[in-house]
Amino acid sequence: MNWFTKTFSSTIGRKIIMSVTGLFLCSFLVVHLVGNLTLFYRDGGEAFNIYSHFMANNPVIRTMEIVLVLGFLFHIYDAIVLTRRNKAARPVGYAENHPQENSTWSSRNMGLLGTIILVFLLVHLWNFFVPARFGELEGVPNAEYTNLYAEVVKAFKNPIYVGLYVISMIALAYHLIHGFQSAFQSLGLTHKKYTPFIKTFGVAFSVLISLGFALIPLYFFFFVNL
Amino acid sequence: MDLTLKIWRQKDKNSAGQLVTYPLNGISPDMSFLEMLDVLNEELLVKGEEPVAFDHDCREGICGMCSLFINGRAHGPERGTTTCQLHMRHFKHGDTITIEPWRAAAFPVHKDLIVDRSAFDRIQQAGGYVSVNTGGVPDANEIPIPKTIADKAFDAATCIGCGACVAACKNASAMLFVSAKVSQLAMLPQGKVEAKTRVENMVAQMDVEGFGACSNTGACAAECPVGISLDNIAMMNREYLGAKASSENV
Amino acid sequence: MILDSKIPEGALAEKWDKHKFNVKLVNPANKRKYDIIVVGTGLAGASAAATLGELGYNVKAFCFQDSPRRAHSIAAQGGINAAKNYQNDGDSIFRLFYDTIKGGDYRAREANVYRLAQVSVNIIDQCVAQGVPFAREYGGLLANRSFGGAQVSRTFYARGQTGQQLLLGAYSALNRQIAYGKVKMYPRTEMLDLVMVDGKARGIVVRNLITGKIESHSAHAVVLATGGYGNVFFLSTNAMGSNATAAWRAHKKGALFANPCFTQIHPTCIPVSGDYQSKLTLMSESLRNDGRVWVPKTVELAQRLRKGEIKINDIKEEDRDYYLERKYPAFGNLVPRDVASRNAKLVCDEGRGVGASGLAVFLDFADAIKREGQPAIAAKYGNLFEMYAKITDENPYESPMRIYPAVHYTMGGLWVDYNLMTNIPGLYATGECNFSDHGANRLGASALMQGLADGYFVIPYTIGDYLAQTPYAKVSTEHPAFKEAEQNVKAITDRLLSIKGNRTVDDFHKALGQIMWDYCGMARNAEGLQFAKQEIRKLRDEFWQNVKVTGVNEELNQTLEKAHRVADFLELGELMVDDALNRNESCGGHFREEYQTPENEALRDDENYAYVAAWEYTGPGNQAILHKEDLKFENVKLTQRSYK
Repeated sequence: MNWFTKTFSSTIGRKIIMSVTGLFLCSFLVVHLVGNLTLFYRDGGEAFNIYSHFMANNPVIRTMEIVLVLGFLFHIYDAIVLTRRNKAARPVGYAENHPQENSTWSSRNMGLLGTIILVFLLVHLWNFFVPARFGELEGVPNAEYTNLYAEVVKAFKNPIYVGLYVISMIALAYHLIHGFQSAFQSLGLTHKKYTPFIKTFGVAFSVLISLGFALIPLYFFFFVNL
Repeated sequence: MDLTLKIWRQKDKNSAGQLVTYPLNGISPDMSFLEMLDVLNEELLVKGEEPVAFDHDCREGICGMCSLFINGRAHGPERGTTTCQLHMRHFKHGDTITIEPWRAAAFPVHKDLIVDRSAFDRIQQAGGYVSVNTGGVPDANEIPIPKTIADKAFDAATCIGCGACVAACKNASAMLFVSAKVSQLAMLPQGKVEAKTRVENMVAQMDVEGFGACSNTGACAAECPVGISLDNIAMMNREYLGAKASSENV
Repeated sequence: MILDSKIPEGALAEKWDKHKFNVKLVNPANKRKYDIIVVGTGLAGASAAATLGELGYNVKAFCFQDSPRRAHSIAAQGGINAAKNYQNDGDSIFRLFYDTIKGGDYRAREANVYRLAQVSVNIIDQCVAQGVPFAREYGGLLANRSFGGAQVSRTFYARGQTGQQLLLGAYSALNRQIAYGKVKMYPRTEMLDLVMVDGKARGIVVRNLITGKIESHSAHAVVLATGGYGNVFFLSTNAMGSNATAAWRAHKKGALFANPCFTQIHPTCIPVSGDYQSKLTLMSESLRNDGRVWVPKTVELAQRLRKGEIKINDIKEEDRDYYLERKYPAFGNLVPRDVASRNAKLVCDEGRGVGASGLAVFLDFADAIKREGQPAIAAKYGNLFEMYAKITDENPYESPMRIYPAVHYTMGGLWVDYNLMTNIPGLYATGECNFSDHGANRLGASALMQGLADGYFVIPYTIGDYLAQTPYAKVSTEHPAFKEAEQNVKAITDRLLSIKGNRTVDDFHKALGQIMWDYCGMARNAEGLQFAKQEIRKLRDEFWQNVKVTGVNEELNQTLEKAHRVADFLELGELMVDDALNRNESCGGHFREEYQTPENEALRDDENYAYVAAWEYTGPGNQAILHKEDLKFENVKLTQRSYK
């Protein structure tokens, strides 16, 4: 192994990858949420459809899409490698253990939360991304773009989907509450002056982002009629 | 007070172990936890049974030899306390107390509650020192060190190497232990000279020993009997990344 | 036997430099042909092993703990002395030498002590270079504090954990040599015999404490750095595992044991709380810098306090007897340890002690907190206060600490010459294991200094002198001498395991400790000592008939480990009593009630007892033979120690 692969296959190296990809995925969440806010526009989905058309066809976005997929893959791959290593580091567990006395639930269950998010992600892609990119969405009259908005409305009339989305966003919130500040710790970006802000910001960020996403299905389920 | 003890008994490294229950009566609240175990062992000896093997030495909280996972907590329920400094006044009459050894692949059980922590020594041997021979060093006051830095380095240097951080961590990670030494020496001018090689080698050895990775749960620092801070882990991560990016070791 | 201390000729200040020039050297390329065994990895052992490894020797280091970092040096709290004179308060090498000789009540060798003071300055430099985080001033330079028995501030410290930081420094140096392959480390391994070939120390027999395997190790020289024997008393501030077995078994092979009765009773320990007590906890002597020692003025007040009829605060200022300040106005609460301890015993014997047992005095910080504020006091002693609170469940910021003397350090040990070699060629003893530097009483912050001086700066020179005259040829561990020693160890082990009696090892140990404390403790007299000698013999006989050791040798067997150690304590205890009985004078930690001044101070007899008492083992149960090494004082005048 050369120094580069050695570095990123060490435990710290892998945590650095987790952190960098994690923060990158956070930035994706911001962009995604901002874009999705067009769903709240009461224009029959015009803004949203224009936005989604742009996202699907702009060459810069398409390139970033590849980076995004790589980000997810690295994040997931390293999570699996680290989890397996961590399990192997304690082959025999304790008969009695009270970790709640020394750490938060979310910090100990990032794998579980991540898995929930992954399942959600697959469902989510299946719901919207696959039909938008590869499927046959109905067109919008007199426009160049297709009607993804209609898909959204349809999906969020299904209580199972709405439930899944909301639960997943709660998982996302907890994942981020630990993950956001943890990423800075793993990258060594701590300082007496700034760390308290990062921690507070991280919690606010996690809650707002997740809440923002969770409101979409709820909004469509309760307030939008076909 | 009267207690019920559930203690992990294991003959040796290769044998299977199990929790064995012992009733123990007439314990004084002023006893230390280890004195309570002394009493149990004397009773067992008188009955001709094998006493419980456990590590201990200074019994004043500094040597780091005592361990024990007590009622689901490393060094028991009191924060900032080694098992030898834990007193029975923190338990109640009628309590059941479960006592287990540290659990980690890198800390195999020798016998009963005694584990092998030599992995820690090997990590220190990988670089936990300043390479100076005896003699030929400058006068002590030729290296002024700002008090704030000296104090921070001291905070890191107080690690007693007991292994509670590993025991408490859900991943059995040794990051707090390793980072305490890395950051102590990285902060001080004496240690800066070889800081890059040090952090690279110590982390590599830590991984070889089979400890888990850090999930930043903070359990280690919460259970550390001497209060080693998580800041050391951040500092080590920073040092490691910097070293890997810029050291001469390819 | 003539004891040759091999003190170099010449003026005191030049002896060591001259000696370093005169000793034979081993050429760097030849050093790798020599093997050295170092037993013990505390300050003296780890520093020696590391330094010898750096020089190029092949070193094997042994400790019974699971890691060399656990050695009991780690528990030293207060600090380490060095004649740096950084404080510009009049310190010098000669003053440190003088204070140490005087503090030891003129029962130490001048030349050794002077050398100790000389190298003390190098120790600080060395430790700082290793990254030991000593306390510093805001300007970034090193801080000092004062300590008992001195009127200058020469003590370097690392909060209340100086021993820990120094040991971790030595441990790091040791680790470096282990990584280089120059030192092979054997943790959880206990030395159980010394092996001699042709009258020279050539190896040791050890027991692997995990597997029970008895193994031999051969070398060209053996260094014992195995600490003191304070655990003879069962209750002491020593670690539970601290023991005299390595030193005692060397003694049984012919090494003389010097001044065994010189025991230091430390004045500031947390009092005994019950008969389950397994050890005593020291509170650093540095507390006496700010704490004031007192007891109620009258027995009646003390009684009412003990019964709980009155509270501490009910005792008015004028009813408090700050007895150290009253009797020793010049040094006050900072008198040497032996003086402070004996005075605590005196007031408690008068019935003025406090606490439930009446065996305690107050150490009061109220004035210091009033003067400097709680944060300042917390910064200085925070960890000690915390430790006290944990153990006693009392808050020392609010009510005074209760303290009582406890066995802490043993000045006696294996007899060594100026080169730190015992009378057995090739066998060295360093640190607390030898007798050499502290006389009849050790000053605070001097143990760390001596351990590191011996290991870093003395033995690396002196051992070369011996090795340079030793052929390279190695002795095989198949040599009959090794086999015989192994058989000897196995025989003792088998005997211990086969008795299967009714009394536990700890029970014997506690009984021995009680005899020692009662009759050979803070105050001794001929009658009591004679009685103690008989009692110890009786106890020892019973031990070999009635001790109960469970399990087998071929396993991790902590009871068996203890049994070996207690068997040796039972012999050593008698020698301590013999020595105390022989020394018809009071000096330092050895206080014979028959020999005291009208003010209850120790009364020395320099005419008849200015010698080192070195005892020769003559077989099981036989009376040891006394050899005397006369102490010559050419640079200090012997005076009645006065701290008034």
